[in-house]
Amino acid sequence: MENLLLQALNGLASASSLFLVASGLTVIFGVTRIVNFAHGSLYMLGAYLAFSIVTNLPRGHLGFWGGVVLAALAVGAIGAVLEMLLLRRIYRAPELFQLLATFGVVLVVQDVALLTWGAQDLLGPRAPGLRGSVELLGLRFPLYELVLIGIGPVVLGLLLLLFKRTRWGTLVRAATQDREMVGALGVNQRWLFTSVFFVGSMLAGLAGALQLPRESVNLHMDLSTITEVFVVVVVGGLGSLPGAALAALLIGELHAFGILIFPKITLVLVFLVMAVVLVVRPRGLFGKAQVAQAAVASVAEPVLGRAPPQLKWLGLVALLVAVVAPPYLAGDYALIVLTDMAIAVLFAASLHFIMGPGGMASFGHAAYFGIGAYGAALLTKWFAAPMVPALLAAPFCAGVAGVIFGFFCVRLSGVYSAMLTLAFAQIAWSVAFQWVELTGGDNGVLGVWPDAWATKLHFYWLALGCSVVGTLALRRIALSPFGYALRAQRDNTLRAEAIGINAFEIRWVAFVLAAGFAGVAGGLFAFAKGSVFPTALDIPRSVDALLMVLLGGVQTLAGPVLGALAFTGLHEQLVRATDYWRLVLGGVILLLVLAFPQGLAGAVRQRWEARRRPG
Amino acid sequence: MRRYTLEAQNIQKSFGGVRAVDQVSFGVRPGEMLALIGPNGAGKSTCFNLLNGHLKPDGGQVKLLGQDITGLAPRRVWKRGVGRTFQITATFGSMTVRENVQLALQSHRGELARIWSPAWRLRGGQADTLLERVGLAGQARRPCSVLAYGDLKRVELAIALANNPRLLLMDEPTAGMAPAERVGLMALVAEIARERGMSVLFTEHDMDVVFGHADRVLVLDRGRLIAEGTPDEVRANALVQEVYLGSGFEPEAEPEPGEEPPAC
Ligand SMILES: Nc1ncnc2c1ncn2[C@@H]1O[C@H](COP(=O)(O)OP(=O)(O)O)[C@@H](O)[C@H]1O
Ligand SMILES: [Mg+2]
Repeated sequence: MENLLLQALNGLASASSLFLVASGLTVIFGVTRIVNFAHGSLYMLGAYLAFSIVTNLPRGHLGFWGGVVLAALAVGAIGAVLEMLLLRRIYRAPELFQLLATFGVVLVVQDVALLTWGAQDLLGPRAPGLRGSVELLGLRFPLYELVLIGIGPVVLGLLLLLFKRTRWGTLVRAATQDREMVGALGVNQRWLFTSVFFVGSMLAGLAGALQLPRESVNLHMDLSTITEVFVVVVVGGLGSLPGAALAALLIGELHAFGILIFPKITLVLVFLVMAVVLVVRPRGLFGKAQVAQAAVASVAEPVLGRAPPQLKWLGLVALLVAVVAPPYLAGDYALIVLTDMAIAVLFAASLHFIMGPGGMASFGHAAYFGIGAYGAALLTKWFAAPMVPALLAAPFCAGVAGVIFGFFCVRLSGVYSAMLTLAFAQIAWSVAFQWVELTGGDNGVLGVWPDAWATKLHFYWLALGCSVVGTLALRRIALSPFGYALRAQRDNTLRAEAIGINAFEIRWVAFVLAAGFAGVAGGLFAFAKGSVFPTALDIPRSVDALLMVLLGGVQTLAGPVLGALAFTGLHEQLVRATDYWRLVLGGVILLLVLAFPQGLAGAVRQRWEARRRPG
Repeated sequence: MRRYTLEAQNIQKSFGGVRAVDQVSFGVRPGEMLALIGPNGAGKSTCFNLLNGHLKPDGGQVKLLGQDITGLAPRRVWKRGVGRTFQITATFGSMTVRENVQLALQSHRGELARIWSPAWRLRGGQADTLLERVGLAGQARRPCSVLAYGDLKRVELAIALANNPRLLLMDEPTAGMAPAERVGLMALVAEIARERGMSVLFTEHDMDVVFGHADRVLVLDRGRLIAEGTPDEVRANALVQEVYLGSGFEPEAEPEPGEEPPAC
């Protein structure tokens, strides 16, 4: 009984800090329609800045709380600058592009934090006067946690007051309900957006700063926070403040009691709740459909054509070189990189299939890659299967997952669909991570080596073959009547239904196909590495795939191929050349997003066509 | 011969408290051009959505060739032979004109499950024939996203004809076109309808078009059917005159050709 009460209080404390971060994210989304991946980074910055400020100020109440407030304000200012320099330029870009841009910020912030504060965990000072604990019904409960529990509702109250009682708040609410209205009111929209970013970021910074006495400050705070906060915001309904509060409470308590009841599957539990909520209420608990959905956001996608003959020849020559040259290359390293590239190309192409022609946003494509990898690896581990049957099983496992997950995901659209794919990917990840008996958990599945006949070179050829055949197959499907139907439902669902196209079925089949091809890539990956870890299906891997596709450009079929090659090459070089590769990669992403909103292949094609049609 | 191609019996639909379509019954005869007119917000588009399945009626029945199709999904209604064009033109912007029509033809033939044959090889000739018929042969290879509005309307027409419909539903087919273009398009529709023995139900604001091409006219006002008859009968109907009073519809006066239509 006491234990239950204690857990309930613990749940409240984490709900409170979850709410602080989530409220900022949801307010920002409500007004700007941007899902800010870097929101977790702002939270982390809040914690680091608070550490630096508090430890440099004189001890005492003023030093601590003053430091917390200063850190929050500083993070608010950083958010405002971010809005002015970056986000302002991409409000009209596709959703996933915005997500990518903000992920670039995540990478940059990670390395800036590493450079500034170092890699060790930092332990901040305890809050003065709140170090002890209180007796509650005969239980000792830390005083600081109790204060934290109080801060959540207070901030909620203040925010509600701000929104209900001030002109600024009225504008924010109006913009949240109906974006067009703000323009119609003749308000200085820029100023409104920047100020919203300031407030939202400040809340994240505040939440981070308040963590100082609770836990050590480290470089993983950003991603671990942002995933939880995504869940909270999506469950509550994007843009809804009361929704965020309720969902924070739900998730916070779920965590606390989940540990008591299902210690093995706490992580699965959270994402399962999110999936169930999204299936039952596709816009979250309190989410509303937009009043004024800008009349069919018709950024008319260009016509998919067959590649110009010169390009085909170029591709063929490149392929020939890729087949013939490796035996003459010195060392295994080149072969390893080339194998990685081949796998990456297929992985990216499979994601592109549903993102480009399908128009679906997937934020959890790593699930199918990873399930393929685990499928193959577990077959070899538990049944001592040889390589080829294990490889054949990979797309089957991934495809089955695609059938089940896809059934739910393809019903939703936009950000919600992306978030549901993320939820399913996290469920898969949690299983791999927590079901230690089967998967080895964090230690992974080891000893997944190719059969004796396959040398590194043979395996490379195998991977290259699978990749080329798979990519060409996806291309062929994209240009089949089925592929056209897939694009038709993306271009105009109403019209598609009116000519007999079953959009749901088409999307579902496409999703399963993409999952299957990702599974092939995953199976190859398992044998290329000789092992599989939960990182095969974690968020950074999903993001890698997104990066490849978006770098290359969604609109062309060659895009994902170029993107995968560019990304893998860049990544490999960077990791070798510098410890701060995230900084460079993030910077490159930001530059590319700002310079080529169409992606690499789109830009190349434009140049090409401009050259061929002079004048 | 069957008396009606399509029959609506007491169909109704409310949005919140608003009765957008209120107990409406009518029939579309084989091969006829039937106009559905009424002021803005009368419920014309809602009516179309009830007929082709984009909306489920709150009550009433829709019969196509004697079979009940009430509440069927749009794609099923389409498969039974109803084509449709939209008030806001709806085409596939990432495809060429020809591909748009090809896709509709492929869907009609049940070829969409073919994931391994190149789409451009299927039904190209038939698409060209249809495009020729609607006067778009020269535009076949252009992407829909760059077409002029009037041409998009023709693409929609070609798409809607792809399943050899028994009935064509056209919601404001000429909205947003120049007056001369309007008459041209409706003349084309009438001609095609005659060739194919196809019925056409269309809504229209331009009275030139209505009185020039409709065999019969239905008048809708605030969700209710207030008049039905030949153009002359409707023109003479006192109730209709009242509804249209002050909105530029003057049944007595011969509409001057080329005049701007009533503001909508
Ligand atoms: N999806 C909808 N939700 C709520 N009200 C609607 C909806 N569609 C139409 N209406 C209302 O129904 C009435 C009829 O609209 P509509 O059928 O579009 O008229 P028309 O096409 O004759 O101009 C109008 O009052 C309109 O506001
Ligand atoms: Mg209408």
